[in-house]
Amino acid sequence: MTYAFDFASLLEYRDILLAGTLRTLALTAIGTFFGLALGVLGAASRAWQLAPWNRVFAVYVELIRNTPFLVQLFFIFFGLPSLGVSINEWQASILAMVINLGAYSTEIIRAGIEATPRGQIEAAESLAMTRRQIFLRVVLAPALRKVWPAICSQVVIVMLGSSVCSQIAAEELTFAANFIQSRNFRAFETYFVVTGMYFLLALAIRQLMLRAGDRLIGGRRT
Amino acid sequence: MNKRHFLRALLCTTLAASAGITMQAQADSLAAALKSGTLRVAVPQDFPPFGTVGPDLKPRGYDIDVANLIGRELKLKVEIIPVSSANRIPYLNTGKADLVISSLGKNPDREKVIDFSTAYAPFFNGIFGPAEAAIKGAEDTAGKTVGVTRGSVEDLAFTKIAPADTTVKRFEDNNATISAYLAGQVELIATGNVVAAAVNERAPERKLETKFLIKNSPCYVGVNKGETALLARVNEVIAKLKQSGELNEVSMRWLHAPLPADL
Repeated sequence: MTYAFDFASLLEYRDILLAGTLRTLALTAIGTFFGLALGVLGAASRAWQLAPWNRVFAVYVELIRNTPFLVQLFFIFFGLPSLGVSINEWQASILAMVINLGAYSTEIIRAGIEATPRGQIEAAESLAMTRRQIFLRVVLAPALRKVWPAICSQVVIVMLGSSVCSQIAAEELTFAANFIQSRNFRAFETYFVVTGMYFLLALAIRQLMLRAGDRLIGGRRT
Repeated sequence: MNKRHFLRALLCTTLAASAGITMQAQADSLAAALKSGTLRVAVPQDFPPFGTVGPDLKPRGYDIDVANLIGRELKLKVEIIPVSSANRIPYLNTGKADLVISSLGKNPDREKVIDFSTAYAPFFNGIFGPAEAAIKGAEDTAGKTVGVTRGSVEDLAFTKIAPADTTVKRFEDNNATISAYLAGQVELIATGNVVAAAVNERAPERKLETKFLIKNSPCYVGVNKGETALLARVNEVIAKLKQSGELNEVSMRWLHAPLPADL
């Protein structure tokens, strides 16, 4: 092997890598927050068949889960402006991530809700809890607890999927890698380091999500 | 005669023979062409819009039109020889063609082996944008968003001259850069004039106009070294075609843009 490794050539680009990492994290955080909120709404509508929302969400889930993320992103970024909607690369990225995670988490959370035994809700009703209390404490919290590991995995998938946003010039971590590689032509070093960064980010996000689950919904207790 | 002497003799003979061929190629090809009545022109066959094969399987494009115009002016029948970019200069050097009109740019290495006419076609990287954008130089792009294809020649060159508050958006490929412009995601793009011509042909609703040049490398007609008579005639014809506006017509036809004033 005659290739001379030169990881030092990455040093001058460390600011770009750091900025890219922060933007990937920001995209993931915003996407996760609104995506899961959308997922809860969708799951509740579908599990309890709240017309017409159950139908709307059914179509939405099928549409998003059966089309590629990249195509969804291109449609939002290149397609919507043709209809007169002006949207920049960050708005497009966030919108695509929220829509994407919303669809997957709808199905994940719905599974959790449907696993709630009927008797548990009846017990809550007999204790004169309000509908709101029943939904939040008796249905949603245990449902989320059951499916929390699956949600954590999905959030990690969304974080990794955000690399695709580099295609519309959103300057996140993969964009940083592509940019650096187009300047120093050190493909191995650049992608090796960035792969490692994604790996660490994924581990960190999973730990963070599991801990957040413990705090917010008392995960792992069941 | 031992082996070494034999090899040396063989080498000398070969050199002498190849020198003979070169001499032949450097004979007055204008006189030869006038005598035979045909002008042999090497043109591209795989480089639209300069030279491609049309639906009728005949070569067509900017370079073919120029070849025919030069032939008409010299009152010679034009024999079109389709070549690739790798063998266009060898065709000339080995005397298989009198002229190379094949979107040939000038550089010092090529100037060592052939001579160049005056420029006959524009070929450049630049900043392009809609007609209403008042952009005359790099400093005018301040505060604007400019789309480029990441890692391309124009990316590297424009990044050097762009003001600090110009937003440069770098896309994965030419297609994404162009889509971003057509969708209004960027106000200007950096690309080549040939690419811009292709875009204008297919998407006339947001026409690209040249704002300023980043890197200019116009096309020249190539002739063999020492063909001064031929070169002088070709230069005369090119000047005449520029004067008469016929070269401008060719540019409008294939590049959808008028010839730059400084060509």
